[in-house]
Amino acid sequence: MSLLEARNVGKRYGPVVALESASLSVDAGEVHALLGANGAGKSTLVKILTGVIQRDGGTVELRGEPVRVSSPSRAARIGLAPVFQDPALVPDLTVAQNIRLTAVDVDAVRQRLREMDVDVDFTEQAGDVPLPLLRMIDLARAMARDPQLLLLDEITAALPSDLAERVFAVMEDWRRRGRSVLFITHRLAEVIAMCDRATVLRDGRDVGTLVPREIGERQIVEYMLGPEAATAEAHAAEVDETPLKGAAAAEAAATTLEVTDLRVGSLAGVSFSLRAGEILGVAALEGQGQNDLFAVLAGDRRAEGGEMSVTGKSLRPRHPYDAIRSGLVLVPADRLLALLPQRSVRENIAAPRYNRLGRWGPINPREERRRVASAIEALQIDTRAQRQVRRLSGGNQQKVTIARWLASGFQTLLCFDPTRGIDVGTKRQIYALLRRLADDGAAILFFSSELSEFPLVCDRVLTLFGGRITGELAGEGADEASLLRAMHGLVEEVAS
Amino acid sequence: MSAGTPQVATPAARLRAAQRVLSDNPAIALTFVFVALFVVTDIVNRAQSGKAFLTPTQVSTTFLYAAPLALLAAGQTLVMLTGGVDLSVATTATTAAFVSSGTAHDHGTGYALLLALAFGFGIGLVNGIGVAIFRVNPLIMTLGISSVTLGALTIYSQTRFVALVPNIVNTLGSSRFFKYVPYDLLVWAPIAALIILGLRFSGFGRMIFAVGDNPVACRLAGVRVWQVLLLVYALCGAFSAVAGILLVGFNDAADLGIAAPFLLPSVAAVVIGGTSILGGSGGYGGTILGALILTVLDSLLTILNASQALKQILYGAIILALAWLYARTSSGD
Repeated sequence: MSLLEARNVGKRYGPVVALESASLSVDAGEVHALLGANGAGKSTLVKILTGVIQRDGGTVELRGEPVRVSSPSRAARIGLAPVFQDPALVPDLTVAQNIRLTAVDVDAVRQRLREMDVDVDFTEQAGDVPLPLLRMIDLARAMARDPQLLLLDEITAALPSDLAERVFAVMEDWRRRGRSVLFITHRLAEVIAMCDRATVLRDGRDVGTLVPREIGERQIVEYMLGPEAATAEAHAAEVDETPLKGAAAAEAAATTLEVTDLRVGSLAGVSFSLRAGEILGVAALEGQGQNDLFAVLAGDRRAEGGEMSVTGKSLRPRHPYDAIRSGLVLVPADRLLALLPQRSVRENIAAPRYNRLGRWGPINPREERRRVASAIEALQIDTRAQRQVRRLSGGNQQKVTIARWLASGFQTLLCFDPTRGIDVGTKRQIYALLRRLADDGAAILFFSSELSEFPLVCDRVLTLFGGRITGELAGEGADEASLLRAMHGLVEEVAS
Repeated sequence: MSAGTPQVATPAARLRAAQRVLSDNPAIALTFVFVALFVVTDIVNRAQSGKAFLTPTQVSTTFLYAAPLALLAAGQTLVMLTGGVDLSVATTATTAAFVSSGTAHDHGTGYALLLALAFGFGIGLVNGIGVAIFRVNPLIMTLGISSVTLGALTIYSQTRFVALVPNIVNTLGSSRFFKYVPYDLLVWAPIAALIILGLRFSGFGRMIFAVGDNPVACRLAGVRVWQVLLLVYALCGAFSAVAGILLVGFNDAADLGIAAPFLLPSVAAVVIGGTSILGGSGGYGGTILGALILTVLDSLLTILNASQALKQILYGAIILALAWLYARTSSGD
């Protein structure tokens, strides 16, 4: 019998479609996987089912009864308990205080943790508890509500294998008691080992429900990709009309950035080199260490080990300022991290020019205007709403974040998902711009959550999995299928 | 709205449009308010005592009285542009008043004035260190420092020292030349010009706005945010000291309560002037108009025989009303 039945559930934010129309059916006594590439809509669906956000369309039924999950507490009352991707704990409160905040019985949580054989000091501040243990506390808290359906979003991503095993044991136990689990993971091996059925989402739609054990990892990947491979190639041909892939590229150029055995956070020893004129891609599933890699290179975080050098000079940035002085500049995915929303386009673009005491004196308006104007022109920024950057469209805002570095000068551009949430036309302009910059001698490190961008943009692509580099592909060869395989750590075919 | 009805500008829509224009150009509205308030005061004064208020002398007096407030509000503007607030401006000014009048007899006027400025800068620097480096909440930090300095001043005021307000300070704080021009304009006007131009046309000015708008973005752009904050608080202390010197010149004697009534108005002037309470937008031009408006308002209330208590209630109400208005207009975007 079906426990939960969601039909044609959709969610949009203005013009952005987070979930087009997804259907999902979870049986009682079933461990059900929810699969899909980044941005396919998995987390959105889970948030809708647990009342965090409200759906725009579609129906949800629980044991045949239509339900309106109006809030997380309502979800808890009807037996739906989620564990989200990010730990939902207040860092300054103790573990016990955090649990009381959510009106869950502390002893019940303690009991659950004991059953899982996980040792947690409840008087410790949540901020001091290591991430894997926080995930286990989150899980125990969800279990303490004794829900019919546990929804686990990427819970194993941050767990070492011994703790992951305990999560699997919980899933087994839930199934045995006739209850259900909805399990989101990027690790396909776990899906095959643990899940009875899997629903695959692609671009906000469900594209099929399958039995993972019977069909195998490779075919699951094909499902997640869909027949898109062909379309993506057509797409590539279209964009190729603009002069991408400069010939000048990598050959004689000297190494600009050399990274050796870099370790920080979830990054477990990464080495690579980046040459002037080259665009090097970094492809990874969520949480494989790419955030830490970019944060360290941009000077936003200090390395725990390993070496970095820029044109032969060792670099140990303590502040983004140090990285910028060495020519390493960051374009983050979240434009809110890079922009001054109330200030003008001009002030935003000129801002990095005044980042040191020596530049705090009078501005040279002519020089500033010239540099800003040429950056605006290079990026074709629409300046109709230039008095306040917050009034610009997302695409134009992203262009401003890149234009800042054109105006102030750089050597290595660190682009972290620079096209997230941007329309197709602007995306192409950005691809073309990156290529032009590389042809002019810049080195570019490029992470994207959209796999189809790698063959369009990059000369080489590295894949990151579990904090290590698991493969290197030539730009042309980096089609989605090969990338996904390497990104899941299935490397044997890629190595050749 | 049904399909057939033509688009009519509703009163609400017109109000919103007007709000947008005013929030983009606060100087227009503020100048209007200032002039209107002057006219109202004139009418009230004629009704009460049969005398005109709208005279060159009263205009001149308004500027004379406004200068200390506008200088306290100058530092306050810089601090509030970064998203903070300085509750120690009044006690810093009081400190400068005591230091300049207490040391002039023994050490000379020049020494006294420099020492007063140094004290102001120093107190601001301590605020800055707390806020920028140790990340203490600005409210707490400056309130704490204010309390400490006031205590220290109380002790100092009980010691024996020869108080002497130098002549030049006296003249600066209370006299006029060419019949109508207050001497304190000679101090205030250059500082005002420096701040207005500096905010627009210097790298430091850009960084003040930037830090108030988005400190995270500043960090990623390579700005050492603490450097900006440190200098802003130190400057605020120095400007407050200048205000204190003018006040002691006006009063001809330092006392512990000399600047206290100006604390809330210093914040009010900034808010009236259109600087965002959350930082990142605004400027000193608006603050000047805010200080002038509050000064005329003070005259009006004095003519109406309003008590100090009533004035305080009014200043508080003005800040709250404007803060509410600001929250409304910005959430409409």
